[in-house]
Amino acid sequence: MIPEIGHFALILCLLVSVLQAFFGIAGPALGRDRWLAVVGPAVTAQFVMVSAAMGVLIYAFVQNDFSVEYVAQNSNSALPVFYRVSALWGAHEGSLVLWSWILASWTLAVALLSRQLPARFAARVLGVLGIVSVGFLLFTLATSNPFLRLSPAAPDGRDLNPLLQDPALAIHPPMLYAGYVGFAVAFAFACAAMLEGRLDQAWARWTRPWTTVAWAFLSVGIALGSWWAYYELGWGGYWFWDPVENASFMPWLVGTALIHSLAVTEKRGLFKSWTLLLAILAFSLSLLGTFLVRSGVLVSVHSFAADPARGTFILAFLVIMIGGALTLYAWRAPLLKSNAGFELTSRESFLLFNNILLMVATATVFAGTMAPLISDALGLGTLSVGPQYFNPVFLLPTLPLVALAAVGIHASWKKGRIGERRGPLLLALAIAVLLTLAVVLGAYEGARVLTPIGIGLGIWLALSALIDPIARLRRGIRITPAIFGMALAHLGVGVFVLSIAVVESYTRERDVALAVGESARVGEFEYRFLDLDPLEGPNYDGVKGTIAVFENGKQIALLHPEKREYWVQRSVMTEAGIDMQLTRDVFGALGEDLGAGRWSVRAQVRPLISFVWLAAFLMALGGVIAACDRRYRVALPSPEAAPVTPVAAALPASARSAAAGDVLPGSAG
Amino acid sequence: MKRFLLPLGLFGLLVVVLAVGIQRAPEKSVIRSALLGKPAPQFVLPVLGREGVFDSSSLRGRWYLLNVWGTWCAECRAEHEMLLEIRRSGVVPVVGLNWKDQDAAATDWLQELGDPYEVVALDREGRTAIDWGVYGAPETFLVDPMGTVIHKHVGPLNPEIWQRDFLSRLPAPRPAGAS
Repeated sequence: MIPEIGHFALILCLLVSVLQAFFGIAGPALGRDRWLAVVGPAVTAQFVMVSAAMGVLIYAFVQNDFSVEYVAQNSNSALPVFYRVSALWGAHEGSLVLWSWILASWTLAVALLSRQLPARFAARVLGVLGIVSVGFLLFTLATSNPFLRLSPAAPDGRDLNPLLQDPALAIHPPMLYAGYVGFAVAFAFACAAMLEGRLDQAWARWTRPWTTVAWAFLSVGIALGSWWAYYELGWGGYWFWDPVENASFMPWLVGTALIHSLAVTEKRGLFKSWTLLLAILAFSLSLLGTFLVRSGVLVSVHSFAADPARGTFILAFLVIMIGGALTLYAWRAPLLKSNAGFELTSRESFLLFNNILLMVATATVFAGTMAPLISDALGLGTLSVGPQYFNPVFLLPTLPLVALAAVGIHASWKKGRIGERRGPLLLALAIAVLLTLAVVLGAYEGARVLTPIGIGLGIWLALSALIDPIARLRRGIRITPAIFGMALAHLGVGVFVLSIAVVESYTRERDVALAVGESARVGEFEYRFLDLDPLEGPNYDGVKGTIAVFENGKQIALLHPEKREYWVQRSVMTEAGIDMQLTRDVFGALGEDLGAGRWSVRAQVRPLISFVWLAAFLMALGGVIAACDRRYRVALPSPEAAPVTPVAAALPASARSAAAGDVLPGSAG
Repeated sequence: MKRFLLPLGLFGLLVVVLAVGIQRAPEKSVIRSALLGKPAPQFVLPVLGREGVFDSSSLRGRWYLLNVWGTWCAECRAEHEMLLEIRRSGVVPVVGLNWKDQDAAATDWLQELGDPYEVVALDREGRTAIDWGVYGAPETFLVDPMGTVIHKHVGPLNPEIWQRDFLSRLPAPRPAGAS
């Protein structure tokens, strides 16, 4: 009975979304302002309904209701409660429910925080979000219903894929989806502006914080996924250019470009049609990513169960959403003119180059990801594109981008002056060069051509990002959240580049065969296999090794890698033993049991690798801080449109409290 | 004006590629086997649960399925119910090829989940699987009475695939008047 309530709530949610889409789009189009009153309550109702549906599904998981097929396939009575909740998004159907719930949350947030927006414009934004919601709910109900029953009920569930039984992976999908869906807000703002036929600087100001927050979520989501791959898969790497990874990375790159082009549109009224196109692209690539992952078109390590019917549905949805938006763009964008000029070394030019390079980077990833598909479609046979393509090609646009960023963040608007910042910037460059020389000529061996370039550029950008806040501090000028956030994000990029250069150059790794009591040398380190003990967990058993790692005869780490066998799916999982130190990770994973007490041991020492993820979190934190800047919340009278009654006023008080008291279900375990 | 149509045009091209991709997506699970239409490779292997060997030439003269599986393969578990269904229907016998597995684990598996196989041949070293061009378990081959490989499916079986790709190729001994 209870699962049917969830199913019913999802259907009601679809109907309410149709209302939201219809009245949000048709009201302003036909000039019927009274229709706008429907939009706010529809948003609230949609949120309540989809929350109910998700709540029911979580309840079914927690209660081990194996009469629900989705629960039976992705959970088990021995599964800890935390993972029973996160099992909700462990497969396709539940992921879609989560997607819809996050979209409803974003929509509600837009409705609540859009008081300063003109009523018709806000209604259009919510209307476009309504269309997105209709598409996803229809997709869920028509092809991927998570509430289907199993008769007779299964005695026990098949269990969540053990790979997904991990805290980082439990929160990775919600973060990633929050990023994807956040770009739907920027997309909706773009479509609303095109429908209005008007795009002013106020528009860019409204759109900026939403885009930045979405981008921050996406950054965290990608970083968590990468971290998970590093320690859970036991491969020791952090990025594999897998199609699914690329599918999340492309919207991130375009989103980064969008953040920067929005800045130009807000400050100078330039790049208007370009900004619109980027807003459309960022969300389009998010949808395309969803399509690639779920249609079975591309084969990947983490493909969901592929189903051509689902692929066809998403393709139709892509054609309607993206095709519609791009048609609107071809029709309306030519009307947007900007007449201001700027000099070659002004901030505008730097941001233009930023955008060009980011788009080139996106294009290289896109080409590599789509090449197997295109080759297959043209009947040219199966093609596989790996790191041999991605690594060098991706660096071509991104290394100049880092250098440009170091200088560009100090350029002034309109006029080409670096001016007073030239001194500190050169000082930062000198420090970067010296530090690079110290590292490359220092104790380590392993430097390649790109090593000094990557280290130098990374340090330079990181230092350059600090110049402005330091100058303000010294002169007692207030550091606004916008300035601080920007500095932090660019510092993050610098640290990111630096740490990747160091990891790629100075990692020591070797696969060795060891029995208990034996030891092996890995570079300047010694791995000694001390012990192997049986292990028993809540829903698995296995063995746990103890490995001591020595450097120059001194013990630097004690590792406890595990080999687990999960009972239900009978799959064997590797839990790497990693000692995360500030400056390096000492890594050991148990490979195969070679017989006669010997095990293959994957031994790696990776300097600065935690900084790769730390840098991603710095970027995200910078984004969130910048988006909190007060100037985005101050009502800015739009020069052309006088603010009319805001749509949010039509929301009942209960909706506001619902949003305030809402907790992400993943955190309640 | 024209440059604003460019994104739409590029998107149109992309849609064509994706549409073709979807058309071909089902074929991906039917990695074209060089064996289709050719004689099935012969093998003589030990049998699970009893003494002696199994000679595949004893299958001559009837239709059979060769199902490649292992207890280490999660997807094999997913298709097991379907295999039991096939056994119950009695349409065609299923010969199991237990690939690179432990005999004891295989016996436990069949005791726990039910045994859909007429016989399970033990390919402990994976030589026979190489002869058959096996990419990964599970894979299922349909072989006709002349010993010719008629169809190959990569990945777990489900009722839809069974209906579409296997039953349609088998001679239909269904009772008249049912449809």
